[in-house]
Amino acid sequence: MYQALNNLDRRWIFLVMAIVVAVPIITQWSFPEKVSKQTRDAYAEVERLQPGDRVLLALDFDPASAGELSPMATSFVYHCATRGAKIYFMSLWPVGPQLIEESIAKVLKPDFPDMRYGHDYVNLGYKSGYEGVIKVIITDLKKLYTTDHRGSGINSIPMMAGVESVQDMDLVISVSAGYAGAKEWVMYAKTAYPDKFNFIAGCTGVQAPPLLPYIPNQMPGLVAAIKGAAEYEKLMAEQYGLEDQPKYKEGLRRMGSQMFAHILMVMLILLGNVLFFMGRKEARR
Amino acid sequence: MMKRTVPLFITAIAGIIMILSYFIPPAQSWGEDVAVWFDILAGIAFLLGGGNLLMIQLRKMSDRQPGWGYAAVTAIAFIVTLYAGLMKVGTHPSAEFPNRPWSGSYNEDGAFYWLYEYAFKPLTATMFAMLAFYVASAAFRAFRAKNIEATLLLITAFIILLGRTYAGVWLTDFLPETSPFRLEHIADGIRDLFTTVGTRAIMIGIALGIASTSLKIILGIDRSYLGSKE
Repeated sequence: MYQALNNLDRRWIFLVMAIVVAVPIITQWSFPEKVSKQTRDAYAEVERLQPGDRVLLALDFDPASAGELSPMATSFVYHCATRGAKIYFMSLWPVGPQLIEESIAKVLKPDFPDMRYGHDYVNLGYKSGYEGVIKVIITDLKKLYTTDHRGSGINSIPMMAGVESVQDMDLVISVSAGYAGAKEWVMYAKTAYPDKFNFIAGCTGVQAPPLLPYIPNQMPGLVAAIKGAAEYEKLMAEQYGLEDQPKYKEGLRRMGSQMFAHILMVMLILLGNVLFFMGRKEARR
Repeated sequence: MMKRTVPLFITAIAGIIMILSYFIPPAQSWGEDVAVWFDILAGIAFLLGGGNLLMIQLRKMSDRQPGWGYAAVTAIAFIVTLYAGLMKVGTHPSAEFPNRPWSGSYNEDGAFYWLYEYAFKPLTATMFAMLAFYVASAAFRAFRAKNIEATLLLITAFIILLGRTYAGVWLTDFLPETSPFRLEHIADGIRDLFTTVGTRAIMIGIALGIASTSLKIILGIDRSYLGSKE
């Protein structure tokens, strides 16, 4: 038994992990979530929005992180639209505009058919330059964005009237997977103009620790990883009754897989250590 | 001489303008201009990067280096995607301008959209998802309580792994809601205390390092970015 486990083919581990992740997804097995203070505070910032307020929603990620970040991006879009805010989409990542279009197609077009492009939401698209983009648009948005993602002149878009820079926004939300993302928004936008707009972020699990020091002064709330997304979905479901809409429960659904994957990891580590100590005991003999 | 002096001069001027624009409000617009130059350069860097990628792959193919087949796949994928995007292959004209064949968006239909939706997106998601399998295998083989530091790391990992899911809530559900010994509270405590404090210290160190390195670059002391061995 000891030898068999010690020489365990790693493909067995791969198989067990695949089963553990797939079964909760397929069976739609989800568990109750306890909402953390960070997520609650982020939710409260969006909840404070009034009809007509401006929200800059930066989807700073790519499909590699979409599994972790798409659920919270969907929730943010729905929540902002429900509050009646005008949504300005943009991205610091090259494939961000496609993800923005996906969010628009998934949330705004089916659930908010009255919202009109250019009047209630706009896709400003991607600009190269990472934090350089933030440094420019924080004082002069039209200097860099002369058109939207579809090529329409920026001054011909009705909802751009009165928007000179990011400082004219009421809330900036960055859903980010790394560089450039939430950290750069804090450093070059929120820290430079602390009283002009509110800022919250959603991020991947590995990106959360570097963002923690910014809470609560620069960033009152943070939606961290798929757990944060699940917590946000729970709050939205409670307030807006979205229990029967699967697309607003993606985070909750994925938490089932995450829980079983974590339990498997703990068991594997324990088993590995048992084998390690048994081997050491054998060697001493 | 010109190859070194001109870039050093541009760097110094740009750096000094950025510092001045931060501290002197009337000079703020100068900083914006420099930031726009940076964004333009970043755009040009894409061309440079694309050209470089193509050259490296073509060289690998012509030299028949080991794995040149992969280089061929990369080069073909690059050229096909570039062509599909630039020429808007298969894209229908937009409703506003039906007579202009290039007026449609490549994000909604056409070859570029197809490549993104059915090749790029699943491939990148797959690469990321495979991490779960490798991490599980590595945890089984390498995560050993060999000494006190490793044991502490291991205990912390258990708390975080369980405390960040419903498993943590369930395991210590017998404790009162406000108990600090509930797994989810211990996980929050580790995050709010140790992680935040440690991260803050690292960030301050990094910031000081960036400030000193930036100063060395602006003053021309550090020229490594020019490819120099000085």
